[in-house]
Amino acid sequence: MLNTLLKAEHDKLGASFTEFGGWEMPVRYGSDIDEHHSVRTGCGLFDISHMAEIRVTGEAEDFLDYALISKLSEIDNGRAKYTMICDDQGGIIDDLIVYRLDDDEFMIVANAGNQHQVVEALNSRLANFPDTKVVDESGMWSLIAMQGPKTKELLGPLVDVDLTVLKYYSIAAAVLDGNDVFLARTGYTGEDGFEIFVSGNPSSIWQLLLSQEGVSACGLACRDTLRLEAGMPLYGHELNKDLTPFAANLGKVIRFDKPAFVGKEALDRDKHPEQRLFGLQGDGRRAARADYEIFLPGETESIGKVTSGVLSPTLQVPIALALLDSNTGLEIGSEVEADVRGTRIFYKVVELPFYKRGR
Amino acid sequence: MANPENLKYTKEHEWLLIEDDIATVGITKYAADALGEIVYVDLPKVGSEAAHMKICGEIESTKSVGELYAPMDGEITEVNSALDQAPDRVNKDPFGDGWLIKIRYTSLPDFLSSTEYDALVGE
Repeated sequence: MLNTLLKAEHDKLGASFTEFGGWEMPVRYGSDIDEHHSVRTGCGLFDISHMAEIRVTGEAEDFLDYALISKLSEIDNGRAKYTMICDDQGGIIDDLIVYRLDDDEFMIVANAGNQHQVVEALNSRLANFPDTKVVDESGMWSLIAMQGPKTKELLGPLVDVDLTVLKYYSIAAAVLDGNDVFLARTGYTGEDGFEIFVSGNPSSIWQLLLSQEGVSACGLACRDTLRLEAGMPLYGHELNKDLTPFAANLGKVIRFDKPAFVGKEALDRDKHPEQRLFGLQGDGRRAARADYEIFLPGETESIGKVTSGVLSPTLQVPIALALLDSNTGLEIGSEVEADVRGTRIFYKVVELPFYKRGR
Repeated sequence: MANPENLKYTKEHEWLLIEDDIATVGITKYAADALGEIVYVDLPKVGSEAAHMKICGEIESTKSVGELYAPMDGEITEVNSALDQAPDRVNKDPFGDGWLIKIRYTSLPDFLSSTEYDALVGE
């Protein structure tokens, strides 16, 4: 298993660890629910150095327009975009955030578990782009996420850029604690926050950020409950190679007005997959978990499965994302039942996200 | 936190305090830590029968679901109903306020001592 450069810091803080995408990552430092609330109300610090960083240079915008489903040529320098890389059948290889660093330079952040698949897929699509280079820089970058409503005021005084002008889904070079970093206003928690790309040893930056008043170290357990409340998919749960972006309700990410991109024909052919993701909300304290079956009320034939489910720490009710048959007439307000280890629990189909931050 | 010497233990990471014919049962600190923050505890009904190694309850954390095995045969005489409102007591005080059930036992299988349990969990 791989360790991040911050392993010693996590040990110092008494973290519990879990395996994730081939990495040994902190799952919690103390109470994952306290960590969750600290991100919703204050500021939480995450080591997400397991994420993969891939730099694309040269004819990068034309190449990415071909290799990915969105139109990256359209975004300005310093801006970011959430997108996906699909196979030629339209199946999702990974979901990505792509940052435009310069006219001819992009940085892709991919999921740890998909690093090699994404690098391989990108390389295999280079044939018509002789001047484009794809470099896997995952080994070179540590990534620290600082998330929560107090982040901007806590991070602001420590960096040489004005965070109030760095818009959501933007990235800028900055100096933090004497280190050259990239600061991106992106995240995976449903809160405002920043992701900090650090080359070299990130320990002093981690310590500095953690020493700010009101900053809590946060593990992957609360990262998962935070992203689920925010309705964000997690690869391996809501997304996989057997699903297209349409199944994940993310058809709008696809730009069919591009002349050609990998997966275009297959995606254009089938915009209404048999199953798609729904948001479910229950009551009580018992939560349906991933892989639990979902039924129409009183029925015995399953209409699909939960992909992620938890008792929401913020809303204090069970929430779930579920991949369900799309031809069963489900709509917002429809009732369904989850089989929770032999007991049927009521859920209602609700709008996503479950939680939306105040602006 | 050390595993108290006055308690008995099972390989399923439960502890027992045996007093006369009543055994108080909980899960160990090791088990509570491994589960993570506990958000829901489903306990058997008072008066129901407990059968050795049969599942008699569930302990849910944000991340996972643990099963509670009856450590012996007997009758459930009491359950910790305070956990309905405060399931996190199992994390905060697993060997005390976080106890789960009391059983009037009719059999007493072999249990682990605290030193044997320490060895099992590598303490």
